[in-house]
Amino acid sequence: MIAILVNGETRQLDNSISVFTLLERLQLAGQRIALEHNGVIVPRSQFNQQLLSDGDQLEIVVAVGGG
Amino acid sequence: MAINWKLWLQSVVVNMEHTMSKDAILIAGKSYSSRLLVGTGKYKSPGEMQAAIEASGAEIVTIAIRRNNIGQSTGEPSLLDIISPSKYTLLPNTAGCYTAEEAVRTLHLARELLDGHSLVKLEVLGDPQSLYPNVVETLAAAKTLVADGFKVMAYTSDDPIVAQTLEDIGCVAIMPLASLIGSGMGILNPLNLQLIVDRVRVPVIVDAGVGTASDAAIAMELGCHGVLMNTAIAAAQNPVLMASAMEQAVKAGRMAFLAGRMPRRLYSASPSSPSDGLIS
Repeated sequence: MIAILVNGETRQLDNSISVFTLLERLQLAGQRIALEHNGVIVPRSQFNQQLLSDGDQLEIVVAVGGG
Repeated sequence: MAINWKLWLQSVVVNMEHTMSKDAILIAGKSYSSRLLVGTGKYKSPGEMQAAIEASGAEIVTIAIRRNNIGQSTGEPSLLDIISPSKYTLLPNTAGCYTAEEAVRTLHLARELLDGHSLVKLEVLGDPQSLYPNVVETLAAAKTLVADGFKVMAYTSDDPIVAQTLEDIGCVAIMPLASLIGSGMGILNPLNLQLIVDRVRVPVIVDAGVGTASDAAIAMELGCHGVLMNTAIAAAQNPVLMASAMEQAVKAGRMAFLAGRMPRRLYSASPSSPSDGLIS
Protein backbone atom coordinates (compact mmCIF):
# COMPACT_ATOMS: atom_id res chain seq x y z
CA MET A 1 0.00 0.00 0.00
CA ILE A 2 1.11 3.51 -0.76
CA ALA A 3 -0.52 6.81 0.17
CA ILE A 4 -0.58 9.86 -2.07
CA LEU A 5 -2.06 13.31 -1.60
CA VAL A 6 -4.42 14.43 -4.39
CA ASN A 7 -5.62 18.05 -4.10
CA GLY A 8 -4.97 17.93 -0.38
CA GLU A 9 -6.79 14.60 0.22
CA THR A 10 -5.05 11.34 1.07
CA ARG A 11 -5.69 8.40 -1.24
CA GLN A 12 -4.53 4.81 -0.72
CA LEU A 13 -3.26 2.80 -3.67
CA ASP A 14 -2.49 -0.95 -3.75
CA ASN A 15 0.65 -0.39 -5.72
CA SER A 16 2.50 2.23 -7.72
CA ILE A 17 0.46 3.28 -10.77
CA SER A 18 0.98 5.83 -13.50
CA VAL A 19 -0.55 9.31 -13.45
CA PHE A 20 -2.69 8.23 -16.39
CA THR A 21 -4.12 5.21 -14.52
CA LEU A 22 -4.91 7.40 -11.53
CA LEU A 23 -6.71 9.90 -13.78
CA GLU A 24 -8.73 7.05 -15.28
CA ARG A 25 -9.76 5.91 -11.80
CA LEU A 26 -10.76 9.47 -10.91
CA GLN A 27 -12.74 9.69 -14.18
CA LEU A 28 -10.52 12.54 -15.31
CA ALA A 29 -8.78 10.87 -18.25
CA GLY A 30 -9.14 12.92 -21.41
CA GLN A 31 -10.55 15.93 -19.55
CA ARG A 32 -9.08 19.42 -19.72
CA ILE A 33 -6.89 19.48 -16.64
CA ALA A 34 -3.36 20.49 -15.72
CA LEU A 35 -1.36 18.49 -13.23
CA GLU A 36 1.49 19.14 -10.84
CA HIS A 37 3.44 16.18 -9.41
CA ASN A 38 5.45 17.13 -6.33
CA GLY A 39 5.41 20.75 -7.49
CA VAL A 40 6.52 19.99 -11.06
CA ILE A 41 4.10 20.27 -13.99
CA VAL A 42 3.64 17.01 -15.88
CA PRO A 43 2.86 17.49 -19.59
CA ARG A 44 -0.10 15.43 -20.87
CA SER A 45 2.26 13.44 -23.08
CA GLN A 46 4.02 12.10 -19.97
CA PHE A 47 0.96 10.97 -17.98
CA ASN A 48 1.60 7.36 -19.03
CA GLN A 49 5.28 7.25 -18.04
CA GLN A 50 5.04 9.18 -14.76
CA LEU A 51 4.75 6.72 -11.84
CA LEU A 52 3.42 7.59 -8.41
CA SER A 53 5.29 6.74 -5.21
CA ASP A 54 4.39 6.76 -1.54
CA GLY A 55 4.06 10.30 -0.18
CA ASP A 56 3.71 11.96 -3.60
CA GLN A 57 1.64 15.11 -3.85
CA LEU A 58 -0.57 15.88 -6.84
CA GLU A 59 -2.42 19.05 -7.72
CA ILE A 60 -5.06 18.70 -10.44
CA VAL A 61 -6.58 21.95 -11.70
CA VAL A 62 -9.28 23.03 -14.14
CA ALA A 63 -10.55 26.31 -15.55
CA VAL A 64 -13.45 27.83 -13.60
CA GLY A 65 -15.37 31.09 -13.80
CA GLY A 66 -13.49 34.13 -12.52
CA GLY A 67 -12.86 37.81 -13.10
CA MET B 1 -20.46 75.88 -56.58
CA ALA B 2 -23.12 74.78 -54.11
CA ILE B 3 -22.08 72.14 -51.60
CA ASN B 4 -23.99 68.89 -51.85
CA TRP B 5 -24.70 68.57 -48.14
CA LYS B 6 -26.15 65.10 -48.45
CA LEU B 7 -22.94 63.81 -50.05
CA TRP B 8 -20.83 65.69 -47.54
CA LEU B 9 -22.74 64.17 -44.64
CA GLN B 10 -22.41 60.70 -46.14
CA SER B 11 -18.65 61.11 -46.45
CA VAL B 12 -18.38 62.29 -42.84
CA VAL B 13 -20.31 59.27 -41.61
CA VAL B 14 -18.29 56.86 -43.75
CA ASN B 15 -15.11 58.52 -42.51
CA MET B 16 -16.17 58.16 -38.88
CA GLU B 17 -17.20 54.55 -39.32
CA HIS B 18 -13.87 53.89 -41.01
CA THR B 19 -12.00 55.56 -38.14
CA MET B 20 -13.88 53.54 -35.52
CA SER B 21 -13.53 50.25 -37.40
CA LYS B 22 -9.75 50.77 -37.46
CA ASP B 23 -9.61 51.78 -33.82
CA ALA B 24 -8.36 48.47 -32.49
CA ILE B 25 -6.55 47.87 -29.22
CA LEU B 26 -3.19 46.16 -29.58
CA ILE B 27 -2.22 43.82 -26.75
CA ALA B 28 1.01 41.82 -26.96
CA GLY B 29 1.07 42.22 -30.74
CA LYS B 30 -2.52 41.08 -31.32
CA SER B 31 -5.26 43.51 -32.25
CA TYR B 32 -8.77 43.36 -30.79
CA SER B 33 -11.73 45.40 -31.97
CA SER B 34 -13.49 45.26 -28.59
CA ARG B 35 -12.07 47.31 -25.73
CA LEU B 36 -14.27 45.57 -23.19
CA LEU B 37 -12.80 42.56 -21.40
CA VAL B 38 -15.10 40.46 -19.25
CA GLY B 39 -14.92 37.84 -16.53
CA THR B 40 -16.75 34.53 -16.20
CA GLY B 41 -17.43 34.49 -12.45
CA LYS B 42 -20.56 34.94 -10.32
CA TYR B 43 -23.16 34.12 -12.99
CA LYS B 44 -26.33 32.30 -11.96
CA SER B 45 -25.95 29.72 -14.72
CA PRO B 46 -23.59 28.81 -17.57
CA GLY B 47 -26.31 29.86 -20.03
CA GLU B 48 -26.59 33.31 -18.52
CA MET B 49 -22.82 33.69 -18.59
CA GLN B 50 -22.64 32.66 -22.22
CA ALA B 51 -25.43 35.05 -23.24
CA ALA B 52 -23.91 37.96 -21.31
CA ILE B 53 -20.45 37.45 -22.77
CA GLU B 54 -21.96 37.24 -26.23
CA ALA B 55 -23.90 40.48 -25.63
CA SER B 56 -20.78 42.27 -24.34
CA GLY B 57 -18.97 41.77 -27.63
CA ALA B 58 -15.81 41.00 -25.62
CA GLU B 59 -13.02 39.09 -27.31
CA ILE B 60 -10.86 38.64 -24.21
CA VAL B 61 -12.43 36.66 -21.38
CA THR B 62 -10.87 35.96 -17.99
CA ILE B 63 -10.94 32.57 -16.28
CA ALA B 64 -9.68 31.30 -12.93
CA ILE B 65 -7.64 28.19 -12.18
CA ARG B 66 -8.81 26.00 -9.32
CA ARG B 67 -8.41 22.51 -7.90
CA ASN B 68 -10.69 20.03 -9.58
CA ASN B 69 -13.49 18.80 -7.30
CA ILE B 70 -12.67 15.14 -7.67
CA GLY B 71 -15.75 12.94 -7.93
CA GLN B 72 -18.14 15.87 -7.88
CA SER B 73 -17.75 17.26 -11.34
CA THR B 74 -18.24 14.28 -13.63
CA GLY B 75 -20.81 15.02 -16.29
CA GLU B 76 -20.78 18.79 -15.71
CA PRO B 77 -19.72 20.81 -18.76
CA SER B 78 -16.22 22.26 -18.46
CA LEU B 79 -15.92 26.06 -18.62
CA LEU B 80 -13.70 25.57 -21.66
CA ASP B 81 -16.59 23.84 -23.45
CA ILE B 82 -18.79 26.89 -22.88
CA ILE B 83 -16.16 29.57 -23.48
CA SER B 84 -14.24 28.05 -26.34
CA PRO B 85 -10.56 28.97 -26.65
CA SER B 86 -11.07 28.97 -30.42
CA LYS B 87 -13.66 31.75 -30.17
CA TYR B 88 -12.27 33.87 -27.34
CA THR B 89 -8.82 34.86 -26.16
CA LEU B 90 -8.77 33.36 -22.68
CA LEU B 91 -7.06 35.30 -19.96
CA PRO B 92 -6.25 33.04 -17.01
CA ASN B 93 -5.97 35.00 -13.77
CA THR B 94 -4.31 34.50 -10.42
CA ALA B 95 -7.28 35.63 -8.35
CA GLY B 96 -6.99 34.39 -4.79
CA CYS B 97 -3.17 34.41 -4.81
CA TYR B 98 -1.49 36.35 -2.00
CA THR B 99 2.15 35.72 -2.86
CA ALA B 100 4.26 35.99 -6.01
CA GLU B 101 5.11 32.30 -5.69
CA GLU B 102 1.46 31.19 -5.72
CA ALA B 103 0.70 33.44 -8.68
CA VAL B 104 3.64 32.17 -10.73
CA ARG B 105 2.75 28.54 -9.95
CA THR B 106 -0.91 29.12 -10.91
CA LEU B 107 -0.01 30.64 -14.26
CA HIS B 108 2.40 27.85 -15.13
CA LEU B 109 -0.51 25.45 -14.56
CA ALA B 110 -2.74 27.70 -16.69
CA ARG B 111 -0.22 27.64 -19.51
CA GLU B 112 -0.18 23.85 -19.39
CA LEU B 113 -3.99 23.71 -19.25
CA LEU B 114 -4.33 26.03 -22.26
CA ASP B 115 -1.70 24.34 -24.44
CA GLY B 116 1.07 26.89 -24.10
CA HIS B 117 -1.08 30.02 -24.08
CA SER B 118 1.05 32.82 -22.64
CA LEU B 119 -1.24 35.87 -22.24
CA VAL B 120 -2.16 36.07 -18.54
CA LYS B 121 -3.70 38.35 -15.95
CA LEU B 122 -1.48 38.71 -12.91
CA GLU B 123 -3.16 39.75 -9.70
CA VAL B 124 -1.60 39.32 -6.30
CA LEU B 125 -3.88 40.38 -3.50
CA GLY B 126 -2.96 42.04 -0.24
CA ASP B 127 -5.74 40.95 2.08
CA PRO B 128 -9.00 39.01 1.78
CA GLN B 129 -11.15 41.82 3.13
CA SER B 130 -10.30 44.56 0.63
CA LEU B 131 -8.72 42.43 -2.13
CA TYR B 132 -6.41 45.42 -2.62
CA PRO B 133 -3.43 44.51 -4.81
CA ASN B 134 -0.11 43.76 -3.11
CA VAL B 135 2.18 45.68 -5.44
CA VAL B 136 5.41 44.37 -3.89
CA GLU B 137 4.43 40.77 -4.65
CA THR B 138 2.94 41.80 -8.01
CA LEU B 139 6.24 43.36 -9.10
CA ALA B 140 8.18 40.25 -8.02
CA ALA B 141 5.78 37.92 -9.83
CA ALA B 142 5.80 40.08 -12.97
CA LYS B 143 9.60 39.87 -13.17
CA THR B 144 9.57 36.07 -12.90
CA LEU B 145 6.70 35.63 -15.35
CA VAL B 146 8.20 37.93 -18.00
CA ALA B 147 11.48 36.00 -17.69
CA ASP B 148 9.51 32.75 -18.09
CA GLY B 149 8.05 33.98 -21.39
CA PHE B 150 4.59 35.04 -20.23
CA LYS B 151 2.78 38.07 -21.65
CA VAL B 152 1.64 39.70 -18.46
CA MET B 153 -1.35 41.98 -18.03
CA ALA B 154 -0.89 43.28 -14.51
CA TYR B 155 -3.69 44.20 -12.13
CA THR B 156 -2.37 46.88 -9.81
CA SER B 157 -3.16 49.93 -7.71
CA ASP B 158 -3.63 53.30 -9.40
CA ASP B 159 -0.10 54.39 -8.45
CA PRO B 160 1.55 55.84 -11.58
CA ILE B 161 5.07 54.95 -10.44
CA VAL B 162 4.14 51.32 -9.88
CA ALA B 163 2.42 51.32 -13.30
CA GLN B 164 5.59 52.66 -14.90
CA THR B 165 7.71 50.06 -13.09
CA LEU B 166 5.42 47.24 -14.32
CA GLU B 167 5.83 48.53 -17.87
CA ASP B 168 9.62 48.69 -17.43
CA ILE B 169 9.58 45.06 -16.25
CA GLY B 170 7.93 44.15 -19.56
CA CYS B 171 4.20 43.83 -18.80
CA VAL B 172 2.06 44.07 -21.93
CA ALA B 173 -0.80 45.95 -20.25
CA ILE B 174 -1.24 47.85 -17.00
CA MET B 175 -4.57 47.29 -15.27
CA PRO B 176 -5.17 49.75 -12.43
CA LEU B 177 -8.23 49.46 -10.23
CA ALA B 178 -11.01 52.05 -10.39
CA SER B 179 -12.10 50.99 -6.90
CA LEU B 180 -12.03 47.74 -4.93
CA ILE B 181 -12.80 44.43 -6.71
CA GLY B 182 -16.52 43.73 -6.75
CA SER B 183 -17.36 47.02 -5.01
CA GLY B 184 -19.12 48.74 -7.93
CA MET B 185 -17.95 52.06 -6.49
CA GLY B 186 -16.83 53.43 -9.85
CA ILE B 187 -13.77 55.54 -10.59
CA LEU B 188 -12.62 57.01 -7.31
CA ASN B 189 -9.42 58.65 -8.51
CA PRO B 190 -9.66 59.78 -12.12
CA LEU B 191 -6.58 61.96 -11.71
CA ASN B 192 -4.35 58.96 -10.96
CA LEU B 193 -5.74 57.06 -13.96
CA GLN B 194 -4.94 60.14 -16.07
CA LEU B 195 -1.37 60.18 -14.71
CA ILE B 196 -0.98 56.49 -15.62
CA VAL B 197 -2.41 56.98 -19.12
CA ASP B 198 -0.03 59.92 -19.69
CA ARG B 199 2.99 58.01 -18.44
CA VAL B 200 2.63 54.46 -19.73
CA ARG B 201 2.97 53.42 -23.39
CA VAL B 202 1.41 49.94 -23.20
CA PRO B 203 -2.42 49.72 -23.01
CA VAL B 204 -3.98 50.88 -19.74
CA ILE B 205 -7.07 48.84 -18.90
CA VAL B 206 -9.22 49.78 -15.91
CA ASP B 207 -9.81 46.58 -13.97
CA ALA B 208 -12.13 46.34 -10.98
CA GLY B 209 -14.62 48.72 -9.41
CA VAL B 210 -16.82 49.58 -12.39
CA GLY B 211 -20.46 49.53 -11.25
CA THR B 212 -22.49 50.74 -14.19
CA ALA B 213 -22.21 51.93 -17.77
CA SER B 214 -21.26 55.53 -16.99
CA ASP B 215 -18.23 54.31 -15.00
CA ALA B 216 -16.97 52.47 -18.05
CA ALA B 217 -17.58 55.52 -20.25
CA ILE B 218 -15.66 57.76 -17.83
CA ALA B 219 -12.70 55.37 -17.86
CA MET B 220 -12.61 55.50 -21.65
CA GLU B 221 -13.07 59.29 -21.75
CA LEU B 222 -10.00 59.60 -19.53
CA GLY B 223 -8.03 57.93 -22.30
CA CYS B 224 -7.83 54.44 -20.84
CA HIS B 225 -7.52 51.90 -23.63
CA GLY B 226 -9.99 49.37 -22.29
CA VAL B 227 -12.06 48.23 -19.34
CA LEU B 228 -12.17 44.82 -17.66
CA MET B 229 -15.17 43.90 -15.53
CA ASN B 230 -17.02 40.93 -14.09
CA THR B 231 -19.33 41.76 -11.18
CA ALA B 232 -20.85 44.87 -12.81
CA ILE B 233 -22.35 42.57 -15.44
CA ALA B 234 -22.85 39.34 -13.49
CA ALA B 235 -24.47 41.00 -10.47
CA ALA B 236 -26.79 43.25 -12.50
CA GLN B 237 -30.51 42.43 -12.32
CA ASN B 238 -30.34 41.66 -16.03
CA PRO B 239 -26.75 40.68 -16.85
CA VAL B 240 -27.33 40.32 -20.60
CA LEU B 241 -28.82 43.81 -20.89
CA MET B 242 -26.02 45.25 -18.74
CA ALA B 243 -23.42 43.52 -20.90
CA SER B 244 -24.86 45.25 -23.93
CA ALA B 245 -24.95 48.58 -22.06
CA MET B 246 -21.29 48.16 -21.16
CA GLU B 247 -20.35 47.46 -24.75
CA GLN B 248 -22.02 50.70 -25.83
CA ALA B 249 -20.59 52.68 -22.91
CA VAL B 250 -17.04 51.60 -23.72
CA LYS B 251 -17.59 52.52 -27.37
CA ALA B 252 -19.22 55.86 -26.51
CA GLY B 253 -16.47 56.73 -24.05
CA ARG B 254 -13.79 55.84 -26.58
CA MET B 255 -15.45 57.95 -29.30
CA ALA B 256 -15.79 60.90 -26.91
CA PHE B 257 -12.10 60.58 -26.04
CA LEU B 258 -11.13 60.53 -29.72
CA ALA B 259 -13.49 63.41 -30.49
CA GLY B 260 -11.90 65.51 -27.72
CA ARG B 261 -14.21 67.00 -25.17
CA MET B 262 -14.83 70.73 -24.77
CA PRO B 263 -12.89 72.41 -21.98
CA ARG B 264 -14.55 72.66 -18.58
CA ARG B 265 -15.46 76.29 -17.81
CA LEU B 266 -17.07 77.78 -14.79
CA TYR B 267 -19.23 80.82 -15.74
CA SER B 268 -18.21 80.92 -19.40
CA ALA B 269 -21.14 83.23 -20.14
CA SER B 270 -21.36 81.57 -23.53
CA PRO B 271 -24.94 80.50 -24.22
CA SER B 272 -25.63 77.99 -26.95
CA SER B 273 -28.34 80.14 -28.50
CA PRO B 274 -27.74 83.56 -30.11
CA SER B 275 -27.84 86.47 -27.67
CA ASP B 276 -29.12 88.94 -30.28
CA GLY B 277 -32.46 89.03 -32.05
CA LEU B 278 -34.37 88.53 -28.84
CA ILE B 279 -37.94 89.84 -28.90
CA SER B 280 -38.67 92.78 -26.69
